[in-house]
Parts: sequence; C-alpha cells; structure tokens
Amino acid sequence: MKWFKKVHHYLPPDFILERADDLCIRCKACVTQCSFDANFYDQKRNFIYTLQQNCVGCNRCVAYCPTEAIVVKNRPNPFREHSHWGAYYISGIKRRAYYGGTPVKSMGNDRPFPIYWDKLLLNASQVTNPSIDPLREPMELRTYIGRRPKYLKKGEALPPSIMLQTPIMIGAMSYGALSFNSVESIGRAVTMAGTFFNSGEGGLSRDHYKFSKHVIVQVASGRFGVHKEYLDIGSAIEIKIGQGAKPGIGGHLPGEKVSESISQARMIPKGTDALSPAPHHDIYSIEDLRQLIYALKEATRYSKPVIVKIAAVHNVAAIASGIARSGADAISIDGFKGGTGAAPEIIRNHVGIPIELALAAVDTRLRQEGIRNEVSIIASGGIRGSADAIKAIALGADAVYIGTAALITLGCTLCQQCHTGRCAWGITTQDPFLSKRVNPDIMSEHLYNLFNVWSLELKEIMGAMGVNSIESLRGNRLHLRGVGLSDRDLEILGVLPAGE
Amino acid sequence: MKLVYIKEDACVECKLCELACYVEHSPTKDILDAYEMEIRPMPRCEVDVELPYSASIMCRHCIDAPCLTACQNGSIYKDERGAVIVNEKTCVGCWMCIMMCSYGVIKRDTRHGYFGISTKCDLCPERETPACVDSCPNGALLYDDRG
Repeated sequence: MKWFKKVHHYLPPDFILERADDLCIRCKACVTQCSFDANFYDQKRNFIYTLQQNCVGCNRCVAYCPTEAIVVKNRPNPFREHSHWGAYYISGIKRRAYYGGTPVKSMGNDRPFPIYWDKLLLNASQVTNPSIDPLREPMELRTYIGRRPKYLKKGEALPPSIMLQTPIMIGAMSYGALSFNSVESIGRAVTMAGTFFNSGEGGLSRDHYKFSKHVIVQVASGRFGVHKEYLDIGSAIEIKIGQGAKPGIGGHLPGEKVSESISQARMIPKGTDALSPAPHHDIYSIEDLRQLIYALKEATRYSKPVIVKIAAVHNVAAIASGIARSGADAISIDGFKGGTGAAPEIIRNHVGIPIELALAAVDTRLRQEGIRNEVSIIASGGIRGSADAIKAIALGADAVYIGTAALITLGCTLCQQCHTGRCAWGITTQDPFLSKRVNPDIMSEHLYNLFNVWSLELKEIMGAMGVNSIESLRGNRLHLRGVGLSDRDLEILGVLPAGE
Repeated sequence: MKLVYIKEDACVECKLCELACYVEHSPTKDILDAYEMEIRPMPRCEVDVELPYSASIMCRHCIDAPCLTACQNGSIYKDERGAVIVNEKTCVGCWMCIMMCSYGVIKRDTRHGYFGISTKCDLCPERETPACVDSCPNGALLYDDRG
C-alpha cells in the first residue's frame, strides 16, 4: 500500500470496487487496464488492491476481468440523510472549497429532469388504414438536408443539399476531444451507412480527408483548423453558435489533450489550451450571421449547404426564425439533455431547455411564418434510440444527430472523465497507448450495425403507422399522443393527449 | 497453413492472451484450477511492453525453421498443419533452439527438472482457433492463412 490519505481534501469515493478473492487469479488485467491508477498489485503480499478514491466507475476492469471477480457498485449516500441537502450538493460544495475551481464534467446532463420522449407515444394502423410490412414492401428513409425552393423553374439548379440514406447523423465531436481511432471508426461507419458525421470544431486530420464525401465540417467561434482546404473537403459546413452541453460557452480543449497531431489539425502550439471564445466575435446580430454564412458560401462557390447550430434556449423559436432568414440552409438544435462535451457542471446541469419542446416550438414557428421549406431542422441532444429519433422526426425534425449513442457503441460507459484525457476506453484520449483501445476495424463495424438496426427499427415503426416514406411522417404530429403531460406542454408540443 | 498475425496497433496490454495460453495448456483447462496448480504451465506467448508500444509475441512457425535444424536429437518437428512443435518427452534442454530462434519466442521452462524443456507455441492442436486469438478482446491477434 503506497498511498496516504489526504484528509484535508477528503471526499468519500463515489464507487466501491469489490474484488472476490476466491475468483481473483492475479492476472493483473485490471491493473493494466485502469488508466486512473485505481488498481495496483502488491508483489510482497501477492494481492491486488484498489484505491477507491481514484475509481471513476468506468467499468473497464469489470469488462476485462476474466473470472468476473470484480463488481463496481455505486456508493450509497456517505453523508447523513437529508431531504434538502443531498450528497450531490454536499460533495459539490466540498469539491469547490477544496480545489478552488468549478468542477468540469462531460457526457450530458445527469440531473433528473423530465424526459418528454418518454411521455410521447406513437400511432399504429388498425382496420381503417392498412399497416405496411417493411420486409416485403419498399420503405423510404432517404433524407435531404438543405433548402427547398418554393417552386421549381425549368432549367434552374436546385440549391445545394446533402443526401442521407438514413435520417441519423453523428453530431459534432472534434478530433482532439476524440482520439484518432474514434474519428476513424466513425468515419468508416458513416461511409458504409451512407450518412454523415460532423468534424466538430477542431479541424480534421489530413488522414481523415478521405471521408470528404461523408463529413460536415464545423466552423466555431475559435476558428480552430479552419482553412480553405478544410472548407473544400466538407460536404456541408456548420457554423456552431452554441452546443447543448454548454449553451453560451465556447468549446474547451485542455492542453493535456493537444498532442502533436492535434496541434497540426487545430493550427495551435502543442500543449496549449484550445479555448474558444463564448460568442463569435464577428457575430452580434442576425445580419452579422448572414455575413459569415455568405462568406462561407462564397468561399465554397455556393456548392455546399450551410448549417447553423444553436443550443435550445428560451427564445429558440425567434432565433431560429432569424437564422432561417439569414440564408442558412439548415438549423441544428441541441437540447440540454445531451452533449458529450466537457463543460462546467453548473452550466451543463442548469442551462438550456429540452430538445422536444424547442424542436416543436421551432417547427411550429417556421410553419406559421411560411419559411419551413427554406431550412432543414436537425435535432440533437439525448437521442437514445430509434424511438426517440422517430418522435423527433414526427415533431418536425428532418434528421437527428447522435453523439452519446455513438460513443456508447465505441465502448463508452458515461463515466464523465472525457476532460481528463485519460479515457480508459480509449475514446476521448490522445495518449497513444490508451487510444489503441478503440480498434477501428471492430468499432466501425459495431457503429455500422447500430445505424443499420436503427434504420430497420425506423422502418418497422413507420410500417406499423402505415407510412412508407419518412417524408410523410416529418412534422406529422397526429402520429404522436402525449401521456401525463399538462395542457400547456401539449399545446407547445402540438400533440393531442392520448385518447383524444 | 494458418498463422497468428500480430496487430501491434490494437494491443492494449491486458495480457489475456498469456492467461488463455496457460489455461489451454493446463490439464483441466479450468481457469481457477490452472491458477491454483503448483507448477502452472508457462504461457507460450508473451506481451512485450515498451510504452506506448505493446504486442503479444509468439512463434512464427518459420517455413525453414532454424530451431528445427538446430535440435540435436530431433525433438522439434513439423506436424501435419505445418506448425513447429517441441516433443516435450524427448527434449533434453540443450537450448540450441533458443540460440537459433531469431524472434526469441522459445522459452526455457526450468521448473521441470534441472535442465528443463523448451516451451513454445503449438498453435493449440485441440482447437480450431488458438486460445490467444479467441481471448484477445481488441482484435490484436488474427488467425489467418500465411502470406
């Protein structure tokens, strides 16, 4: 035992790692796999000890233990029970007092806010309208993201758009936040599935330029890694105004994660923090946004759609209306539940509104103003399955972005340690040894399977509804019914209560 | 013949290949029994670590195996699969095979008597795929045709 407890910085461990001694064969797989130094082997006693304080509950050791000797348990409230002062608040205060900084967390809002997806139910056809068997009849999932003209003139070209084989894309997670192998896996999977991934704000490694037909390149407030070639290789360009994990805050990449290749992709010195400013310093109005949109369109000769990404906030409908009028081809809305990005805990947990309400409000507003055809809407932030995706589409989204779901496929267990750069699953690390843990050959296959299965599930649900094209379902809120929602909620969502 | 190919890019140093190897070469093939045995079989593959690089190294089963020609009493032979095998009953522990091996994958198991015997990968004759390949959690070992 080589540690000594620091009582003046003591916080009760969040997890208890139990190792059954009759099953432990001292293979030390848990020791080599733990990137947080929680497990270590004592040769003198021939025993593997655990430093509970360091355990982050990532379950890497549990997965690798060949005899299932390890169990990681949540520690019950270590403090005295108090209905007002829960352990979350007590630990939070202690942590701030000990370290003198605001805690940073990632992988989405983990507080128990209501989830509206679970209060929306889908329709199915009975007697009066036939349901469709997707295995026997053709089903159309193909989606186009981009502006749709009000009418077509003969000989006039359509505005640029991107074609998705399934209305699911992978949201913005930068190279830098993710390891090289993770981006490689994602790129290969979307290429196979015929959809797109978003490069995130940190530029793109030159080795990933091969995914040019399947990448949406992002331009964010820091302009990291943005140059002519980068804009040219993207199939679409996304301007990031805000993200669901931290509305109102720019992206943060700690210096520990800025390795040699990241520094080249981002065009910043090695080891420096990459802190994007909170606003775009050239955008203070819709008119300014219009200038940037047209600057990007001009730079790419009007050949690519421009997406504007905003976080779901209080006036989202009015903001979206402004964006639609500013010349954007698509709006991406990121809800407060999701977000893989590392953010100050206080912002992550308390800022923003649910994507379900924001999406419904934006779709309703754009329809009322007669400009819904001018923009596509991409919903993101907490899409947990194909059911959430299809509910989002019925509420008015053209497509959805998934982030957390994609990372879970790569192995993520939501231990929320992305910002440390020590990801035990090799997903969000730049350590060359740890990042080997994502094998693109295996993981791209897994991710492709996810796209495939979700697409199949979308088709099954559409078949049950009696709809044979995703276009017929888009914004068709009559296919949704709400349960356990207030009248006001139902009014905003634009859905009828179940039974009506 | 088929051979275990090593993908160093995917090795995560968990050493489950070594574990699977000695369990496969234990009498009962039971993981707990193998651990509790007084003289455990030696793993025939070994994870070499030089961070950030790591790779599991085992016999390459050379076509013109130098160890086979070096063996003074014919204890090393090629079986019908083409795998280079040590006959543990006749090996006298002269270590000439170790001197000749260019990969350093033949090990001295000196726990058996004074001279001990040579131990090396036998491509798990009782299995369709070697145990190390089956156990690798990250696809760092591939069992594929040579060439």
